[in-house]
Amino acid sequence: MSTPSPDIDLSPEVSDEVKYTTCYMCACRCGIRVHMKDGSVRYIDGNPNHPVNKGVLCAKGSAGIMQHNSPARLTNPLRRVGPRGSGQFEEIEWDEALDVATSWLARVRGSDPRKLAFFTGRDQSQSFTSWWAQQYGTPNYAAHGGFCSVNIAAAGLYTMGSAFWEFSEPDWENTRYFMMFGVAEDHDSNPIKKGLSKLKGHGGKFVSINPVRTGYSAIADEWLGVTPGTDGLFVLALVHELLRAGKVDAGYLARYTNACWLVIQNPGGADDGLFARGEEGNALCWDRKAGAPGDPLTGDVSPELKGEFTLPDGRRVKPAFQLIAERYLGSEYAPAAVADRTGVDAETIQRIASELAQAAFEEEVVIDVPWTDWTGRKHDKMIGRPVTMHAMRGISAHSNGFHTTRAIHLLQLLLGSIDVPGGMRYKPPYPKPLSALPKPTGNAADIQPNTPLPGPHLGFPRGPEDLLVDEHGTPQRIDKAFSWDTPLSAHGLMHMVISNAWKGDPYPIDTLFMYMANMAWNSSMNTAETIKMLTDEDPETGEYKIPRIIYSDAFYSETVAYADLILPDTTYLERWDCISLLDRPISDADGVSDSIRHPVVAPDRNVRPFQDVLLALGASLGLNGMVNPDGSPTYPEGYKDYLTNHERRPGVGPLAGWRGENGEKHGQGAVNPNQLDRYIENESFWRQEVPESGKYFKNVNKDYLEFAVELGLLGDTKPIIHQIYSEELQKFRLAAQGHGNVQPPDDRRERIETYFDPLPIWYAPFEEQQDGVEEFPMHAITQRPMAMYHSWGGQNAWLRQIHGSNRLYMSRTKAASLDVEDDSWVWVSSRNGRIRVQVKLMDGVNDDTVWTWNAIGKRSGTWNLDKDAPEATTGFLMNHLIDELLPAQAGGYRYTNSDPVTGQAAWYDLRVKIEKAGPEEAKESSPHFPELKPNIPLAERVSPLRYGAGFRKKKGQ
Amino acid sequence: MTSLPAQKSKKRLGLVIDLDICVGCHACAVNCKEWNTGGYHAPLTDTNPYGADPQGVWFNRIHSFEVANDTGGRTVHFPKSCLHCDNAPCVTVCPTGASYKRAEDGIVLVEEAKCIGCKLCSWACPYGAREFDEDVGVMKKCTLCIDRIYNEKLEEVDRVPACVSTCPANARHYGDFNDPNSKVSQIVVERGGYDLMPEMDCAPTNKYLPPRKPQSGVKGASLPDADNSGGFLGWLDRLLSD
Repeated sequence: MSTPSPDIDLSPEVSDEVKYTTCYMCACRCGIRVHMKDGSVRYIDGNPNHPVNKGVLCAKGSAGIMQHNSPARLTNPLRRVGPRGSGQFEEIEWDEALDVATSWLARVRGSDPRKLAFFTGRDQSQSFTSWWAQQYGTPNYAAHGGFCSVNIAAAGLYTMGSAFWEFSEPDWENTRYFMMFGVAEDHDSNPIKKGLSKLKGHGGKFVSINPVRTGYSAIADEWLGVTPGTDGLFVLALVHELLRAGKVDAGYLARYTNACWLVIQNPGGADDGLFARGEEGNALCWDRKAGAPGDPLTGDVSPELKGEFTLPDGRRVKPAFQLIAERYLGSEYAPAAVADRTGVDAETIQRIASELAQAAFEEEVVIDVPWTDWTGRKHDKMIGRPVTMHAMRGISAHSNGFHTTRAIHLLQLLLGSIDVPGGMRYKPPYPKPLSALPKPTGNAADIQPNTPLPGPHLGFPRGPEDLLVDEHGTPQRIDKAFSWDTPLSAHGLMHMVISNAWKGDPYPIDTLFMYMANMAWNSSMNTAETIKMLTDEDPETGEYKIPRIIYSDAFYSETVAYADLILPDTTYLERWDCISLLDRPISDADGVSDSIRHPVVAPDRNVRPFQDVLLALGASLGLNGMVNPDGSPTYPEGYKDYLTNHERRPGVGPLAGWRGENGEKHGQGAVNPNQLDRYIENESFWRQEVPESGKYFKNVNKDYLEFAVELGLLGDTKPIIHQIYSEELQKFRLAAQGHGNVQPPDDRRERIETYFDPLPIWYAPFEEQQDGVEEFPMHAITQRPMAMYHSWGGQNAWLRQIHGSNRLYMSRTKAASLDVEDDSWVWVSSRNGRIRVQVKLMDGVNDDTVWTWNAIGKRSGTWNLDKDAPEATTGFLMNHLIDELLPAQAGGYRYTNSDPVTGQAAWYDLRVKIEKAGPEEAKESSPHFPELKPNIPLAERVSPLRYGAGFRKKKGQ
Repeated sequence: MTSLPAQKSKKRLGLVIDLDICVGCHACAVNCKEWNTGGYHAPLTDTNPYGADPQGVWFNRIHSFEVANDTGGRTVHFPKSCLHCDNAPCVTVCPTGASYKRAEDGIVLVEEAKCIGCKLCSWACPYGAREFDEDVGVMKKCTLCIDRIYNEKLEEVDRVPACVSTCPANARHYGDFNDPNSKVSQIVVERGGYDLMPEMDCAPTNKYLPPRKPQSGVKGASLPDADNSGGFLGWLDRLLSD
């Protein structure tokens, strides 16, 4: 027997150098420290000083080493030599690759720029890629927002000048009651985990509304397994209860929302449902003291919230709140009336309403900081209602998601809980009024050969006159964004591009140029058909229906085989990048921030950062802003050069920190040639604290508004009033009713009139409205696993050991009724197709719902995985079941399978039936596509993988 | 066979894992692997990493399962790593002295040079916390990041195990259980921290915190009507008249 006590080195060298940059393993954009040893990455951890993650890092971020060293990385530019989909390429040099791309792009630009469709997926440089596309002159640009969360973004921006996630966050320290809708484990990953921990630590209540009890829902105080697509109905029942009981914040509604604005009551008239406005265009309220109309923004009126009045000109008007009360007090919103449909019983709905009222009105949060509102009124304290809400994909990815999100905002506003202590808080540069947001550009008159588009592609229409349609109402964009099909499609509809381009509806294109979106696989609906569209030839010309495809990605994804020219990108540790206030900001409620990535490792392959490539193409195409009068490139050093020297307008560039010649200015200021050095010195981010007196009520807070104007975040200090009643929506409805110069085609009128209700509505998701839906009695949805971000994460040597395959999860009780056992193989069918998958039974799932993890399934032979990888043999995609189009209407037209207001892809509307697979059938997922056998050089698949062995000090060293 | 230290160690270093707020994100597991694949036990080999059956060495694994309870069940995310037991059977079973418990702080370690890969320790451990590296034929395990917690080349704030430092939910705490004033000792008292499988008599150092009692709000209540006369709008009228 011995008692060992060997000497061990307790203080080994960890690194030669620590570099600070920004993670890109998902969309969270945390600050990271990259510990370098002997020229390799030894370790990546969270930056303790970074505003997003404050030192923590998730599983994805911690697996960055395996992403950076992945054998799936592309290594060289490629030109297709075999048929599309064969995976047969030849390697070419960059000069040739750029020449080919330039020749294709120049020809299209010189003839019809619309024939370039440029869509950039999960791009974090959208303010740059959109600017490039604008200079090119095509109207066909967007990133992935249309198939992600445009319902959340658009509903928020049209209602409260902000949105969940990127533009706001819960006041975790002060909130007493937190409701999370349709968020499994995704955005905004680390801040939510940190926040939930704080909330539970101080005894606040966490209610999760989600058909599935995984991830965050697992630690909720109460989990409500709502039926998919019925959240809006549940929320409006809460609204009903609060109104019935008089539990609303009337003062907040009158001061900070348009609840008191007078709505014209003139059925059939061109002004019906619009706001009554004064001579200067300001909306009016009814001043109960004066017994006359008044200006609600002056602060010295006593606005009425109820009643009906007659204006001096004889028009009848009602405060918007009167309309709200009339609608939601209706018996169709009573808890008992919605219980069956939502799967939440009436007593529970009543109790939740009661708990909300108690938290909001009995547990007020007071912060002892005086503040001044926009009128100059002083408030000696900040008083808030500690109720907060958050929603993401589960709400967004339904065809009723826009209105459901608006319903949640209505609930928040009735409780007076937006940007107050304990409520949801704005993250600068938000809030922004709708008037500060761009309108879309891309009508025929805006498009000329060899000419930039005169404005940005994506925007926020205020009314029908802002749509991108011709005089017949025909869409102008390839994705039909901003048309009568989906008027407020502020993020475009990337999920429709391939389908529309293949069909030539509204017109054929020449070149499809994509970045970082796996559109031949998990990012498309109807994957099998999409693959056919990408390889389909025009029988007359023998050309592909989509003649040219250029694709840039860092990895050998399923989409690579379907492109004609591959521009290999770097990993996130090998390039310059910026997380800009002009794009998707990373601010927090207490401070404005932006950040950079910089190369911490040099690429060891013949690859280039996509942004550098795009600038090089811009220069060779002679695009405005990218080439000097003498023909030399404006940014010869590429994206790094652009980040420093580009100005979007005088004094405003991609980065807000350390502007001015000597870095003395923030927000606005001259170009600082040493700006990037200052970022690197400051751990790759910039943050400016919001003044203490401006931290809440930002939309109406004088100190905040002045701070925002000084930094250039806002153009003026006018208050930003919450738009509970949306006049913009009503304008579309009036057009549908036959008013105005721009009206929908007759066959679109009913749809516009129905879905452009100025107040939130609930309707059954479109799949449920189809004939024959009873054949498909189950809902089918996906959830994002916490340790994976789309297909990128699936090839990661470490992450795939966590989620290397996926099952179809279903409730034990439902399975019993279908004679399905745990581990059985079943066929899942929809109106679009069927898949064979293996079942896993569980308790924590809505009885009428099946679900699986998102984007695990892979195609055999891709991502440099073994052809028998479980991702390809038992893993599967739900995408095969989802049609990108709805069934034909009378007249034959097929609308996009999307929200009718915003064009948000309705992934979660899916309805299916489950049948047991036969005992003789193969125990593998179906469809199983032929293995892709690429001939391109990829790194060897090392096995066993001994990463880190080299860092270990040998004994005696 | 190998002896445990004759005297109780001065310090008892270990972890507290909070099952109330663990969301099962795997951050601790992956960050652990990332640190340790270049650390004391480097590498944490992955066999067949891009193949049909990838198998890697992980010192920390998350088990997710459902349990039935009187409020309709719960989904549990359960992180599990070596518990650095006082009565560590993995040590006493070791025929070569490779597996040992440090006298100074109670950390259970494997000295690879002495390990013959017999796997007796993994059979002896009731928690299944040991990880055999097939590639080199030796047993590896959680070191409590012994190459971090005393590492003078790291900032003091970083001298904690990687899993603790990275946990986004703050569900993991590290400290000395012999010090009654340490955070880990106090949190165990406050929250009723418990031993995993005490019946095995391993006297584990690591503790688990049970889920807090759910916040139930106002049970069964329904809001009363705003007013009996005139309903909500009548109530609003009077409210605004005040």
